[in-house]
Amino acid sequence: MENKISLTVNGQSHALTVTPTETLADALRVRLKLTGTKIGCEEAECGVCTVLVDGEPTLSCVYPAARADGKTILTIEGLAKSEDGKLVLHPLQEAFVQHGAVQCGFCIPGQIMTSYALLKRNPDPSSDELRHALKDTLCRCAGYPTIENAILDAAHALRTGEPVHPPHIPDSVNAKKLIGKSQIRPDAFEKVTGEAIYTDDLEFEGMLFASVCRAGVPHAILKNLDISKAQNLPGVIAVLTAEDILGEHTHGLVVFDWPVLVGTGERVRYVGDALALVAAETQEIAEQAVALIEPEFELQTVVKDAVQAYQPDAPRLHESGNLLKHIKVRKGDMEVGFAKADVILEHTFHTAMTDHAFLEPECSIAVPLEDGRMEVYVGSQIPYQDRTQVARALGWPEQRIRIIGQLMGGGFGGKEDVMGQIHSAMLANSTGRPVKLLFDRHESLVVHPKRHATQIKVKIGAMKDGRVVAAETELYGDTGAYASLGEKVMTRATTHSAGPYDVEHVRADCYAMYTNNPPAGAFRGFGVTQSAFAVESMMDKLAETLGLDPVELRRMNALRVGSITNTGQELRDSVGLVECIDKVEAEMRRLTEGPHLFTPRPVPGSEHLVRAWGIAAGYKNTGLGGGAPDKSGAELELYDNGTFEVRSSAAELGQGLVSVMQLMVAEEMAVPPGQVRVLVMDTDLTPNGGPTTASRQTYVTGNASRLAAVTLREAISRSMAEKYDIPPEEIRFENGSVRVNGTTLTYADVAREMKEMGQQPRALYEYEAPRTQPLGTGGDMHFAFSFAAQAAEVEVNTLTGEVRVLRVIAANDVGTAVNPLGLQGQVEGGVMMGLGNALTENFIVEDGYVITDRLARYRIPSIVHTPEIISIVVEHPTADGPHGAKGVGEICSIPTTPAITNAIYNAVGVRVDTLPVDQEKIAMELATR
Amino acid sequence: MNLWQQYIRPTTVAEAITALTSAPGPALPLAGGTDILLDLQQGRHSPVHTIVDLTEIPEMKSLELRDERLFIGAGVPLSRIARDPLVVTHARALVEACDLVGGPQVRNVATLGGNVAHALPAADGTIGLLCLDAEAEVTGLHGSRCVPLPELFVGPGKSALQSGEIIVGFYIQTYAQGGVPLTGTFLAAGNGDGRTYASCFKRIMRPQGVALPIINLAIWLERNGNTIKQIRIAVGPGGAVPFRARKAEAFLADRPYSDETFKTALEALVAEVKFRTSAMRATSEYRYHLVGTLLKDTLETAWERAG
Ligand SMILES: Cc1cc2nc3c(=O)[nH]c(=O)nc-3n(C[C@H](O)[C@H](O)[C@H](O)COP(=O)(O)OP(=O)(O)OC[C@H]3O[C@@H](n4cnc5c(N)ncnc54)[C@H](O)[C@@H]3O)c2cc1C
Ligand code: FES
Ligand code: FES
Repeated sequence: MENKISLTVNGQSHALTVTPTETLADALRVRLKLTGTKIGCEEAECGVCTVLVDGEPTLSCVYPAARADGKTILTIEGLAKSEDGKLVLHPLQEAFVQHGAVQCGFCIPGQIMTSYALLKRNPDPSSDELRHALKDTLCRCAGYPTIENAILDAAHALRTGEPVHPPHIPDSVNAKKLIGKSQIRPDAFEKVTGEAIYTDDLEFEGMLFASVCRAGVPHAILKNLDISKAQNLPGVIAVLTAEDILGEHTHGLVVFDWPVLVGTGERVRYVGDALALVAAETQEIAEQAVALIEPEFELQTVVKDAVQAYQPDAPRLHESGNLLKHIKVRKGDMEVGFAKADVILEHTFHTAMTDHAFLEPECSIAVPLEDGRMEVYVGSQIPYQDRTQVARALGWPEQRIRIIGQLMGGGFGGKEDVMGQIHSAMLANSTGRPVKLLFDRHESLVVHPKRHATQIKVKIGAMKDGRVVAAETELYGDTGAYASLGEKVMTRATTHSAGPYDVEHVRADCYAMYTNNPPAGAFRGFGVTQSAFAVESMMDKLAETLGLDPVELRRMNALRVGSITNTGQELRDSVGLVECIDKVEAEMRRLTEGPHLFTPRPVPGSEHLVRAWGIAAGYKNTGLGGGAPDKSGAELELYDNGTFEVRSSAAELGQGLVSVMQLMVAEEMAVPPGQVRVLVMDTDLTPNGGPTTASRQTYVTGNASRLAAVTLREAISRSMAEKYDIPPEEIRFENGSVRVNGTTLTYADVAREMKEMGQQPRALYEYEAPRTQPLGTGGDMHFAFSFAAQAAEVEVNTLTGEVRVLRVIAANDVGTAVNPLGLQGQVEGGVMMGLGNALTENFIVEDGYVITDRLARYRIPSIVHTPEIISIVVEHPTADGPHGAKGVGEICSIPTTPAITNAIYNAVGVRVDTLPVDQEKIAMELATR
Repeated sequence: MNLWQQYIRPTTVAEAITALTSAPGPALPLAGGTDILLDLQQGRHSPVHTIVDLTEIPEMKSLELRDERLFIGAGVPLSRIARDPLVVTHARALVEACDLVGGPQVRNVATLGGNVAHALPAADGTIGLLCLDAEAEVTGLHGSRCVPLPELFVGPGKSALQSGEIIVGFYIQTYAQGGVPLTGTFLAAGNGDGRTYASCFKRIMRPQGVALPIINLAIWLERNGNTIKQIRIAVGPGGAVPFRARKAEAFLADRPYSDETFKTALEALVAEVKFRTSAMRATSEYRYHLVGTLLKDTLETAWERAG
């Protein structure tokens, strides 16, 4: 029975007929095409679907549309006012843009609507009131401090009528005209108005909806699969199984071991394995059909963890066995090292599996074209790899596939593997109609690759004075059912497992193991998050054992220019680690009374609350390294109207690459950034930018964009020199124009003149980063490293074990801060992710079954967990980086976890060696003292 | 999946009862939906035929003083309860409990009726209400009855409501009659003869996993000088149903407020409460360890408020 409702949305009245189960979110998004309201979880957890119902912030994902009858609704689209045909932003929107609070943008409508309601009720909120109001409005890019500042600034603007005034972020010490100065991201405006389109916001004529039948058991042989009931359900257009795969049956980023669909007689290796695909007229029918599919399994013994997988009697999960890779690092001679050491310490650490929990769940739409080609719309970190993998599975040449990348609501490494792309393409190919495959949060949590749960044993030998002389590590990494990027991730974990220190004798062995858990792959930090926790905990243990200051210990052993890394690479430039450590120490001293930084400080009047600082350091490679060719292409075109477009298929997942590309071009061409458009992630239109991983894009695609601009500039110089008959050196690029012989040409003039001369004002540059060497060969395994030190101040409740992080000081050596505003967002988000890794996040799998299969059970940090974050930018430019820049995205997240756990130890003497921190363990350990 | 076929929005309690009892298939009342919609969507509750939305019934949305009692409609959103001056004056524990449920968006629709009817032993609103000795007005086909809150629960997730019955609202005794609130508008209420009354709610969470407290505790007390005249203590999850620490309460009544008293009261509470281990949330040992701290904290605050 349908419900007729009338409601007012953004000032317009609507009469709608809705189904009894329809949500307000669907009514707004589908019926009224107001796609600014996003859906992140459909379980009342994330807040991205917040709209105002009669002025009150309400979650539209759990609000029955029928209930909206007679109500007045305000959505993000209703905030900006149209004046003379131009959209004038609400002060909140303006403040979010100006402060740099917008990253991937997916949470922003929810943030703005929630804070809009807050400011209506309370025009001058305190920080506590604001945090109370935004408690459950999550941002995974986690620029919470900036979000808070933006809201407070907007509140001030609303009270006073003054314009918003964002804080001044210092320029880079290497600042040029544009590079190194804060720049608003080009997509910020559309992301605050709700105009920004993500994949699920797209709709195509005749589009079908897909749903995937998942195994639901962790290890089994599929004996039979009965799809007949599903096929007979009215509204179902296609049901596909492994027999319908036209091309290759497996996919993968490195190893092709992941079945597109598990066929009868084949092995199911994790609960998320796909068995069958359904396309139907509606999402509901597709899901009903999936529920009618009847698989029969012969259950197998489940391999639960990496250590079990390594045992000789463990069930074999892949033909090659359970060992994906044994990774080795060898330097010096361990016997000599440990013999020389005055102290030797050994300890084993465990890190949890964690989920990216990007707020936008996976979505892909495949659209078959009349000319026989196929378009796939998807938010993907590696569009060209998607193209390869989709083409392989369809048995097509790659050119028949066009991947059209969409804005991504966060990626963090979790959108590198193919998720629905192949499945939607198969269904579109079979039905001849566009097919949308959207994961719900549950499916997203169960299916996509995680951060590797890792067991890490560290044995460390040092001299009395603190000099570390030997480090031996043994890692077991759980790569789950399929390889994904497991080998690469675990290699990084291994090579970085002795920390950012110059150690003479190093040995590391890592066993990357297949298990029956969800696959593990790339996740911000790429393995180094895990090993940094272990080795940085050990450094503090060592400092304590030797009675040394933990800062001094790190400084003494820190990598410097001239040091040799564990893999035998000599660092020739750009090693700002000591400066990071010095600056963090100075800041701790500034903020702390008394000479002792790391001693417990009970809170006066509440002696059961004890505070202390903890410190940790870290480093992280920029780029793929290990001998992999690291390339990116960028194309730059000058249009007749004098604007530029720079193109690369590098991915924008919220991190701000589009700003970097824009700035690189604008700097070279001496034009305002607004004159440069950026097009990314379209395999027909943009050259291959390679994967967006390993903190590499600022470096490689930044360089490609810059060098494409240099190339175009040279072409322009040559043409103008020829035309005006002067030496090319006399052509100058200044103030948005080209100066030739005293006359000033606009870029529009240049474009016209070049075309008149039969020349295209366009340049393509394929950048190849300096060559690297494979692990084990010595030499340069990576072309650059970023460095960091962080200090965290925690407060531990000795009665309950509860832990709060009060402050984090984060110093990052990023080479050059290309866009200080964007860098700030990355640092805040990185610290918050590290904090989540320490305190809140635990992806629990029991016997191969996922326990944390809802956002309600997998908790990511919210604004109430947010400490004061003090970001210190350290800039030791790297020779070949664009203007000296190197990676940022991961390094800022790596030291946070051990800084927090070291601080806990300093406060109460409980050593956390298993993540996440368990407050119960702390309380019980303190109680037994 | 068709989780329900029909969505009805009655405007009186009688209509709601009729809708619930005359539906051609299973029917469920729905208030904020923050429990039940998710249970239906995630398969923890089997599909039903009819959903009866209780949020358009004025009686269930009223919040007022009725004689000497505070009436809170079962359909009043938690955010309104947490802000309402009457509740702030007379039922501070309830304000604190309601204000901690979810985030503001959840509180704008979630109700006390839903919190109680869901019958979890550690539901925050329920524990807050329990220390206030609330009664529920329950209406069904055969009329209305007033049920003392403890009698509404039969087991974890199981209420004593018969099908077709709904909670219309809750009554809470007030103590400000003939007197004025003592300390400002919100700290305590008294009736002018030296006796004062106050309540307090606190809880302890863990940062991982579900948003249910490891342990929560609410206290209402009457203070006379340095003596605890009467006290009520609710603890969640202290048993299969929301738990009142009656032995500890009995011990504390008419005792001076002192460390000594507290120690014995805690012993009494520990002896009667039954904490269990909840997977991934807390072991029972941890709960026993925490309850002393939480009792002390909550008692201190309530005591000071009544001062
Ligand atoms: C993100 C999130 C966080 C949460 N955090 C907390 C928390 O911190 N503490 C906490 O205690 N709870 C929490 N909850 C649970 C939930 O919000 C509360 O229990 C809420 O009070 C339920 O009220 P509701 O109106 O939404 O109930 P509904 O979901 O509408 O109903 C719940 C049950 O009660 C029945 N029911 C509802 N009203 C009546 C009535 N008047 N008479 C008879 N039966 C009725 C329904 O049929 C259903 O069985 C959280 C939920 C979410 C989604
Ligand atoms: S809360 Fe509605 S989508 Fe997450
Ligand atoms: S900007 Fe908030 S989730 Fe990305």
